[in-house]
Amino acid sequence: MSKMDKTLLENAKSIIKERLCKSGYSHNVRADIDIAALDLGNLLQRTVEFGESNSVLVVGAKGSGKSTLINRVLEDIHNDSKNAKNLLIVKLNGYLQTDDRIALAEITRQLKLENTIGDKVFGSFAETLAFLLEALRSGDMSKSQPIIIILEEFDLFAQHKNQTLLYNLFDIAQAGTTPLAVIGITCRLDVMELLEKRVKSRFSHRQIYICNPSTLENYVQQFTDVLLLDKAFGKTAKHKAFVKKWSSHVENLTKNSSVLEILHKQYDYCKEASPLHQILFLPVCSLSQEHQEITPADIAESSQLIFNDSKANILHGVSVLELCLIIAMSHLTNIYEGVPFNFQMVYNEFLKFSQKKSHILQNYTKPVVLKAFEHLIELELLKTKDHFMTHSGKLQKEYRPMILLVDHSQLREAVAKYPGCPTDVKQWAESSIV
Amino acid sequence: MSHDSSAIPARGKQIEQLISIFGDPVDVTMPALFVYGHSSCGKTIVLNHVLEKLKVPHVVVNCTECYTNSVLFSAILQGLSGDNDLGSWKCDNLNDLARNLRKVYESQGWNETAYIVFDKAERLRDREVNLLPALINLQELTSLNFCVILVSELPWEKFYNGVGIRQPFIVFFPDYTKSELGEILCHCRPDGVDREFYQHYISIVLAVFSLACRDLRELKHLSELNFSTYCAPVKAGKFDEGDKHKLWKHVEPHLKEALQQLYLRKVSSEEWMKLHDITESGDATVLKPVKNSDTIELPFYSKFLLIAAYIASYNPASTDKRFFVKNAGRMKKTARSMKKDERKNSHLRGPHAFPLDRMMAIFYSIVDSRVPPTANIFSQISTLVTLHLLAKIGHEDEIDCPRYKCTVSLDFISAVAKTMNFDIVRYLFDFV
Repeated sequence: MSKMDKTLLENAKSIIKERLCKSGYSHNVRADIDIAALDLGNLLQRTVEFGESNSVLVVGAKGSGKSTLINRVLEDIHNDSKNAKNLLIVKLNGYLQTDDRIALAEITRQLKLENTIGDKVFGSFAETLAFLLEALRSGDMSKSQPIIIILEEFDLFAQHKNQTLLYNLFDIAQAGTTPLAVIGITCRLDVMELLEKRVKSRFSHRQIYICNPSTLENYVQQFTDVLLLDKAFGKTAKHKAFVKKWSSHVENLTKNSSVLEILHKQYDYCKEASPLHQILFLPVCSLSQEHQEITPADIAESSQLIFNDSKANILHGVSVLELCLIIAMSHLTNIYEGVPFNFQMVYNEFLKFSQKKSHILQNYTKPVVLKAFEHLIELELLKTKDHFMTHSGKLQKEYRPMILLVDHSQLREAVAKYPGCPTDVKQWAESSIV
Repeated sequence: MSHDSSAIPARGKQIEQLISIFGDPVDVTMPALFVYGHSSCGKTIVLNHVLEKLKVPHVVVNCTECYTNSVLFSAILQGLSGDNDLGSWKCDNLNDLARNLRKVYESQGWNETAYIVFDKAERLRDREVNLLPALINLQELTSLNFCVILVSELPWEKFYNGVGIRQPFIVFFPDYTKSELGEILCHCRPDGVDREFYQHYISIVLAVFSLACRDLRELKHLSELNFSTYCAPVKAGKFDEGDKHKLWKHVEPHLKEALQQLYLRKVSSEEWMKLHDITESGDATVLKPVKNSDTIELPFYSKFLLIAAYIASYNPASTDKRFFVKNAGRMKKTARSMKKDERKNSHLRGPHAFPLDRMMAIFYSIVDSRVPPTANIFSQISTLVTLHLLAKIGHEDEIDCPRYKCTVSLDFISAVAKTMNFDIVRYLFDFV
């Protein structure tokens, strides 16, 4: 393949990779987001043009498209050139601003008010708050610059002490001085119950709900859309030929029955876009000069890695001694119906087996078996079940009550897949009688 | 991009996978990666190798070392900026971290992906609940090209914490197969040793230890420890290098003993090598016993007190009459006593607490001579509690009836009883 074509493939690869990895920018068309964007856009337009103050909450499950919506609306506002000049946007995030003090400093910093020099904000919390409130209160609807404040992870702000920041922001939004639009984004559907009474009464109770109504056809369409290259890829004839070839590959892929089956399975688990992107990530990354198109085998391999049971992977790597201990524990759990066991009981059970089959398992000393047991605790395949009344500090580690976190069917599969498992151990796993 | 497979044997597929995931430095990659696999299966070494080979900006922080948020954030910033001045990157909340990361990124003029690797990431679960989601979203929060890589022994399902976390891209490092282990161990042979000779030695080591232990670190330690023993007769000229059977016969008891002490590290490696040193004239099969650090020397009455405490802990109170009162008669063999429920076996359930009076009663009955109840005897009980051979149960206020529990194992108490010529098994209800 010529050097020019190689660069084309690399270009295509980086464009698609960006679509897969960046969050908050959706390539797909979704009707419900369009409607919500219209609503929100109108609201913000009123703030910017007529100086109306507003507050709104965007509520939707994680991954359902809220950030995409906000980014789209903000882009629209920016592109409307008469507004772009005098608009101030402040973006806050509940993960970063874990305290009202930090949030206030960040607002002051982003608004570039007089008490910041470079990056540092001077003054204590009370002073900064008073300064900010005064600045915002002394504004005028028609003459001041409109401010849009976006609060991501809104529910985390509601957990700050006294909800001071929220109270003040909503208060100013109601006061009718500086034009202020407060947009809260959250994934909690019960966010209204988190607000205090005085904060709730100042909020306009305007909520926009985002939910993902895609059907299986929409889902498959999303799959195709994320892979297709559009006209913006290039103008030259070579580019157009490449796009045509690429599109036909993607069409073939979509019609392939095994790919459709995988997509259906993933759709049954989760409708959101990010798991779909993760399935496509490895095949797209493996595109290269030798491997120029995505094959159904690539997608099958990638989805298998994702659908793998991680506990089975861990069980594949334990030693035979540890596997025997897990089998002993599984039998104890079966016989005694879920009553917590301790190391001494497991060791007893293990001895019953190893004494009869000492040709495969030498008689390991008790401290060695205890170390293997502790390794299993570290891998979190076991868990202590200390009742609060037992003097857990005074219990020796051999007698601490434990439960097993591995299901019998998982164990049976793991024993079947275990490399070089002695047959006696396999038989013991099946029935508890040695 | 081809890699140097001789540097890291048996991990070629993972190296290729990582290189393809990282891709072209200017592109974005997945905002968070999660790498998991058993301990010592090569995760950190492969990541280090790939990141250094690609010459991308990166920093590796260990979450066990960085035990508070401010130490963690400072370590990240120092690593990325290459600035070792401790004072300049003080940072104790996430907002400052985000701002400082932006400063570092812009000051270094990068336009490529910068990687932050968190080793032992399971420790992050115990910090505040929003730290992990915030770190995984670092690319979105700072709007810069960062990639966060979490490395852990536990699978991702152990990281769910009730707050929504975006799922990172999961990469699994499978454990080594037996042949891969052999290949890696041969790779680390000491200089000047013949390859085939060492390969044979490694296959012997794997045959003995692989059922109990598949951990590369432990196997490497064991093979290094025992190699001098293995080649001692060859050096002394007794056997030939090709005499495989004789070499195996010679080293087998040493390896079997090492198996009994697997992972335990009761003696330091140097002491072990000294104990197993074959002197020129000495007979190879004589092994000096490892000093058993389990036995403690106690005064005469303390040993009896301990034995009495053990009996009191592990026997039910109703059977005291039978063991310790002379001429108590035989227990009636009722149907109930025949059906000894294995579940009630105290040796499986654990010791139970007993009042001091009961232990003293048993003590007086097992000690032959008359012992006056002086403060000497009672202070020895306190010593036993300090040595953690007994445990005091209950509140500090109950001074008229203190309750204790015995926390030694059967092996230990049998050893103690043997020194006193006391047959303890005869007095234990579970062994009747």
